[in-house]
Amino acid sequence: MINFEYTRATDVAGAVRDITADPSAKFIAGGTNLIDLMKEDVERPGRLVDISRLPLNTVEETAEGGIRIGALVPNSDLAYHPLIEQRYPILSSAILAGASAQLRNMASTGGNLLQRTRCYYFYDTATPCNKREPGSGCSAKEGLNRMHAILGTSEACIATHPSDMCVALAALEAKVRATGPAGERGIAFADFHRLPGDTPQLDTNLQRDEIITAIELPPKGFAKHYTYLKIRDRLSYAFALISVAAALEMDGEVIKEARLALGGVAHKPWRSTAAEDALRGQTANKASFAGAADIVLNGANGFSHNAFKIDLARRTMIRALTQAAQGTPQSQANKKIR
Amino acid sequence: MAATGTMAGPSRETIPAPRKLVVALHVNGVETKLKVAPWTTLLDALRDHLGLTGTKKGCDHGQCGACTVLADGRRINSCMTLAVMRDGANITTIEGLASKGALHPLQQAFIDQDAFQCGYCTPGQICSAAGLITEAKAKSADEIRELMSGNLCRCGAYPNIVAAIEQAMEQL
Repeated sequence: MINFEYTRATDVAGAVRDITADPSAKFIAGGTNLIDLMKEDVERPGRLVDISRLPLNTVEETAEGGIRIGALVPNSDLAYHPLIEQRYPILSSAILAGASAQLRNMASTGGNLLQRTRCYYFYDTATPCNKREPGSGCSAKEGLNRMHAILGTSEACIATHPSDMCVALAALEAKVRATGPAGERGIAFADFHRLPGDTPQLDTNLQRDEIITAIELPPKGFAKHYTYLKIRDRLSYAFALISVAAALEMDGEVIKEARLALGGVAHKPWRSTAAEDALRGQTANKASFAGAADIVLNGANGFSHNAFKIDLARRTMIRALTQAAQGTPQSQANKKIR
Repeated sequence: MAATGTMAGPSRETIPAPRKLVVALHVNGVETKLKVAPWTTLLDALRDHLGLTGTKKGCDHGQCGACTVLADGRRINSCMTLAVMRDGANITTIEGLASKGALHPLQQAFIDQDAFQCGYCTPGQICSAAGLITEAKAKSADEIRELMSGNLCRCGAYPNIVAAIEQAMEQL
């Protein structure tokens, strides 16, 4: 790890001032990804601005009937919060599908959105990587790419976003609140993360001098018909090959409302509103689920080691939508898929 | 291998050596003041500054759990946090679990159930299990396995570790 200066922020305005004053500074909250990347020499901040003590650690109901989650609420506290467990269980389930108990105790809500890809070549400073060193090339396209993207890739980058929590937040249509020198703004979740295009070094549309203060959930929680189904190379504590957040509102056998988002497939949580449109009004059965999956995967493209993920994604979506329609969400403890 | 022109930021040479910072930690009930550089992890502070080598450095990347300690009662990976960020915190390590000469029920259970072979992961396993029991979310063996998945055991003592935790849960 390189040497760096340390500043502890005491309020949001001060944190924004600190980050603006030093172009080499980065915020640190939970530290579970940033410290790892600093040990690998991938991140080299000249200063860390510690925001972990800012008063952004509450979960509150909003006037609109939704929930406002402070950016510093630890992942574990959020997953086990009674309001989240009761009204947004898909979010609890997705969080508990990721990382380990220790890391969830440390990692913050805002930091989860900002974690970086686990592409091996992004971590390995001896290899070219356009995300780490723009213009140097992509080692993954012709390399080990089992965990890499099948949707929304570019010539420059085929990395995936690693978060489970964000897949549920995409399905729930969350909103990100951020504060910067120009003031406060809201960012729709779909607009928060970016596709790689020719600027893969940019993961999100958050500016470097902005701080995430909260995540807002709209009232609709899909607490009855949901699942978060994660497929990975080992049963726990591994990043997704494919994950699916499926949430439905049912009227008997008919789908009234649908949400469908995937993890492990793209540079951002991959929500398909076209597939959701196709599901709305359909009878919940394998044919309608398969039709929606085909829409999601239209244009999917595999590489040497991950082409299997296209069919795996299709089958995972069908199973997840079946679990959601039946009201039998995937358990994150007993991994039998029913 | 050194990075060549990675993400934005000044080069190694232009950064002046920062001052050391004074950090107060309450470790196993004892208040201690340390002078540490900002980049000293909690793990290195415990092992190298306080001589508490029970907490192990396994992967140093938050993947193995050997460095697990309790910070204000919550289990964390001490390799993935900076000592300066924990200023004022209560830290419990494996050395702080026994009281008045008696082993903690988890320590006794790990012996009773033969829950280790080489023992390197054991301090982290036991601190993690202490956190697990406080959290009170694990009610079944499946849930113990899932919520202990952040602690690897390369000797493969997992069945006995689960049995030891079940034994201790009955007593605590």
